[in-house]
Amino acid sequence: MARELLKGNIAIAEAAVRAGLEAYFGYPITPQTELLEWMSHRMPELGRAFLQAESEVAAINMVYGAACTGARVMSSSSSPGISLMMEGLSYIAGTELPVVLVDVVRGGPGLGNIAPSQGDYNQIVHGGGHGDYFNIVLAPSSVQEAIDLTVLAFDLAEQYRSIVIVMADGNIGQMMEPAELPPMRSIKKVYPEWAVRGAESREKRILSSIYMNPEDEEITNLRLLERWRIVQRNEIRHKDYFLDDAEIIVIGYGTAGRIAYSAVRAARAEGIPAGLFRPVTLSPFPGGVIGNLTDRASAFLVIEMNTGQMLDDVKMYVNGKVPVEFYGRLGGVVPFPDEILAEIRRVSIGQISPDGDPRAGWIERLKKTVNRTGEGI
Amino acid sequence: MEVIDTGQKVYSRSESLTKVTTHYCPGCTHGVAHRIIAEVLDEMKIREKTIGVAPVGCSVFAYNYFNCDFVEAAHGRAPAMATGIKRVLPSRIVFTYQGDGDLASIGMAEIMHAAARGENLTVIFINNAIYGMTGGQMAPTTLPGQRTTSSPSGRDIEQTGYPIKMAELISVMDGTSYSVRRSLHDPNNIRKSKKAVRMAFEVQKRELGFAMVELLSSCPTNWGFSASESLEWIEHNMLPVFPIGDYKNIEPVKNIKY
Repeated sequence: MARELLKGNIAIAEAAVRAGLEAYFGYPITPQTELLEWMSHRMPELGRAFLQAESEVAAINMVYGAACTGARVMSSSSSPGISLMMEGLSYIAGTELPVVLVDVVRGGPGLGNIAPSQGDYNQIVHGGGHGDYFNIVLAPSSVQEAIDLTVLAFDLAEQYRSIVIVMADGNIGQMMEPAELPPMRSIKKVYPEWAVRGAESREKRILSSIYMNPEDEEITNLRLLERWRIVQRNEIRHKDYFLDDAEIIVIGYGTAGRIAYSAVRAARAEGIPAGLFRPVTLSPFPGGVIGNLTDRASAFLVIEMNTGQMLDDVKMYVNGKVPVEFYGRLGGVVPFPDEILAEIRRVSIGQISPDGDPRAGWIERLKKTVNRTGEGI
Repeated sequence: MEVIDTGQKVYSRSESLTKVTTHYCPGCTHGVAHRIIAEVLDEMKIREKTIGVAPVGCSVFAYNYFNCDFVEAAHGRAPAMATGIKRVLPSRIVFTYQGDGDLASIGMAEIMHAAARGENLTVIFINNAIYGMTGGQMAPTTLPGQRTTSSPSGRDIEQTGYPIKMAELISVMDGTSYSVRRSLHDPNNIRKSKKAVRMAFEVQKRELGFAMVELLSSCPTNWGFSASESLEWIEHNMLPVFPIGDYKNIEPVKNIKY
């Protein structure tokens, strides 16, 4: 396959098609809509199911039904639509069905805006729907990685009977860059032993998230947890850049991680021993790896496009051994490499938040940057 | 009472029902509705290719009682879930079984759009004018003046509006091929209900579009009546508000012979 210029949303859609997707259900929402539009012609041309649902609530419940047949199914949306899908996601988790979902995150809360954001981290990584369950969450930082992780998402979903969410952002969804699509896989011919496809010459099957007896629900919760512990052992993924001799380790994922990479390279050009740790699986979180990095790091600098949602996870694993600093842009604003470079320089000369609260100093610095009118903050 | 023993078995469990005792209250007509559906699946010989979608409400455990593949939907989402199944497996027979809270309140968007799309689905809608599972609250089909635990002085139409007439509402969607209302309050109407349920499955078998049968049902426990009083209450109070009738029955459906 040759590299071609591809838009993120379309690349994800076509990667899913080539991964053997049998059915897509979705609802238009910016900045994800091209994904749905691509599916609207591509799936019917291959004789596969595509349906634009009446709402995200309906879309995820169509996915729920289609997943019960054992088919490879997916949906995609952006933040406000993902909130609406949380009902269905909880049921899908409770029924232990493999489903892939793409969240092209935009600024929030509420209607917010249509610019790139990472504000959904907590909702996606730490659950979202009701009840005890875990999502596998993959965070691409380029169109190529979005393609690769989409294909991986289907395999992981089936291997662990799990929801896998590709958490992109408006930047990844909307930008175009050269990337290579995977070869076309055929639709699977053998369906799992739990699939509901009609009780022809066999006992009937039931798929449900109901366990009326609390002891049965407890066993189910335990089963999900034990499966999750296997996921934690086997599926943690991250990308390391210049970590061999790094003293200041920047941590960022997705678009923030990619911009941080530019800043880290610029810092190294200035002789600052900086490195980048980019989590690819936000869940399972590579916290153990981060904990081990405390041996060599003098400080961590977390970069996010939110108020520091992953920051709290990083701090838990660093456990106070070295300072953890933070820089974030909010509400759909994307940081420039220069801003992050300035933060790396600051940390490199030992300007560390004295009270262990990295948000306090960051808020003051950010106010100076964003306070155009002097009001509203 | 004279016992007539002809030596012939005249009644047995449908193959499409499991050997399970239901949780339904004495006098509730859910059992009759289940039996009707099971007989239709048997007679059409479609049990092995049928997938049912259970709702949230009193019939939440319907999946335990039918001897065919079944899934359990979130409240009101059965038509969406059924759509997902049917689009992946168009050769299977997919039906939903939903109560009035599920279908006419929280699931209004899903049922209307399934009808508008003309999904090849069969919907069995149980209208007993009350929320049964949660203990007798006002439903979207509760009659004006009807006392429930959340309308203790009787449904006040000034405050809570009017009962929703689903068979009529579904009938105006162009994707609907068959929308009828029947009642389960006496043997004659039960027989007519079964004919309608059969037709609703025949419509799907022939890929003619969306089919729904609304069945007026009783809830002795939450209405606070005896079983027989409840059947009379359907006849005297529900029928004037929810008239039995064929609200949509397109020509190709009328021509179905089986």
